[in-house]
Amino acid sequence: MMFKRMPIGAAIGLFVTIVLLIVAVFAPWIAPYPGSRVLGGVWEPSSAQYWLGTDNLGRDLLSRMIYGARITVFIAVASTALAFTLGSILGFMAAVIGGWFDTLMSRFVDLLMSIPTLIFGLVVLSVLPSTIPILILVMGILDSTRVYRLSRAVAVDINVMDFVEAAKLRGEGTRWIIFREILPNALSPLVSELGLRFIYAVLFLSALSFLGLGVQPPDADWGGMVRENREGIVFGIPAALIPAGAIAALAISVNLVADWILNRTTDLKGGRGNA
Amino acid sequence: MGAHPVLTLIAQRIALGILLLLAVSVLIFLGTEILPGDVAQSILGQAATPQALENLRRELGLNDPAYIRYFTWLGGVLTGDLGTALSNRMDIATSIWPRLKNTLFLAFWAAIVSVPLAILLGLVAVRYRNGFVDKTISGLALSATSLPEFFIGYVLMYFFAVRLGWFPSVSTVYDTMPFADRMRAIALPATALTLVVLAHMMRMTRAAILNVMQSAYIETAELKGLSLFEIIRKHAFPNAIAPIVNVVMLNLAFLVVGVVVIEVIFVYPGMGQYLVDHVSKRDVPVVQAVGLIFAAVYIGLNLIADIVAILANPRLRHRR
Repeated sequence: MMFKRMPIGAAIGLFVTIVLLIVAVFAPWIAPYPGSRVLGGVWEPSSAQYWLGTDNLGRDLLSRMIYGARITVFIAVASTALAFTLGSILGFMAAVIGGWFDTLMSRFVDLLMSIPTLIFGLVVLSVLPSTIPILILVMGILDSTRVYRLSRAVAVDINVMDFVEAAKLRGEGTRWIIFREILPNALSPLVSELGLRFIYAVLFLSALSFLGLGVQPPDADWGGMVRENREGIVFGIPAALIPAGAIAALAISVNLVADWILNRTTDLKGGRGNA
Repeated sequence: MGAHPVLTLIAQRIALGILLLLAVSVLIFLGTEILPGDVAQSILGQAATPQALENLRRELGLNDPAYIRYFTWLGGVLTGDLGTALSNRMDIATSIWPRLKNTLFLAFWAAIVSVPLAILLGLVAVRYRNGFVDKTISGLALSATSLPEFFIGYVLMYFFAVRLGWFPSVSTVYDTMPFADRMRAIALPATALTLVVLAHMMRMTRAAILNVMQSAYIETAELKGLSLFEIIRKHAFPNAIAPIVNVVMLNLAFLVVGVVVIEVIFVYPGMGQYLVDHVSKRDVPVVQAVGLIFAAVYIGLNLIADIVAILANPRLRHRR
């Protein structure tokens, strides 16, 4: 039913997203070669043996792309999940508890958001090692500020509704109110935000890795692969454009799907027009 | 006898901005000093002797409590002394100054191109709303917002610098460079930056104008029989100017961040590259100083956006 009226852009986006996710999950079974083995010459052009050619050290670019998809998607998903868990629980708590807790949390989030995320990420990574758990933690915490703002705003509205009042009057605790009353009703705006935050995480991670402060070699996500192959550009070897293009394709696809979902949910609400 | 309400509001905003900047300086300081990494250890490496570590700690003042080090640092920053870099023992303020000028030069030209273009495209999209032009512009904008900066940067470099050879692929600039050469050197990074912010700015401008165009007073003006030009001049523009300036300032703030990646791509000697280099070297004083400057510019642009919104609000123009 909902797929019938799906615009062509969203359909393509959904298809590409699913394909990339499958590649990420099943990387070891799909990749023709191990990701880190040196096989041929440096920057060989694409051939029947190496479909996308070889990279700056003579590794198979296609295999590295496939493993890179895994690292990119894994870190982005993990940090998005962290951002949502942290941001929404704290946001709901701020709305339900109110008072000093709300003020303190909201001012702190304002403070964190007044520094550009990339800059603060770089500042923190100047003293912390760039391991995968730390990357997930840093990205997740920085991104949770935006989820916090959204969930607090949504929860403040829900918090004054009759069924929440009723739950409070019959003596339910804060945990019940948050998980049984507010969460189910706040889900749809949060879900439509999910795609955007995921894209943001992919782009943030790629930027960090591109700057040499994200995933460390010999592992590489797509941003790291752009970094590895960037010297080739000046010699007219476009190997770096392949991972860069893959990041763009993933981000655009998820964006198309998220945009479609967003339009669908706003359509349901009515209003003067679907501008 | 109170001051004019607008002045009071602006003064409050500025005070708030200064307070925010102070809080940010605390946060940046905490972020680099309290976290588990030991600066002395990371400079000297794992093999350092305890004696060498102790000497370096004393030299850097790491044995003082954190709040004393913070106030020493803040006092230095306020008097223009940003400290010395750990990696090359150079005065940070003197290394930053020419780089800051380079970055501002690049950002200035990117802004000069992108701001009018984005507003124009936004207006065109609203004028032909839901038509082919609007859908094309909006579709392109949606895709462009999800392109990573380095994709745009390297595509431009690959085609215009390497394949066609129109521009240099590495944007070297130096002090005595003639203006024309300098412009040629920044052409590609400035284009890349423009593309990075253009889509965002255009989408937000379109939304801001649409928001105004859909209000009841515009409908009234339409029904009164005013021409489209009159409606825009008398009713839409005065109300849209605040949100548009807001959009522009927010995107200039974006631009300040986008500069980091773009400078690394084109090896442009600006603040962003300086920051990234010293993050990899774990040179904390430089990272603190540059981080604070970036945050100050960001907060400053947001402050200007707020002040313009206050000035543009006709309800605040007269005393109650």
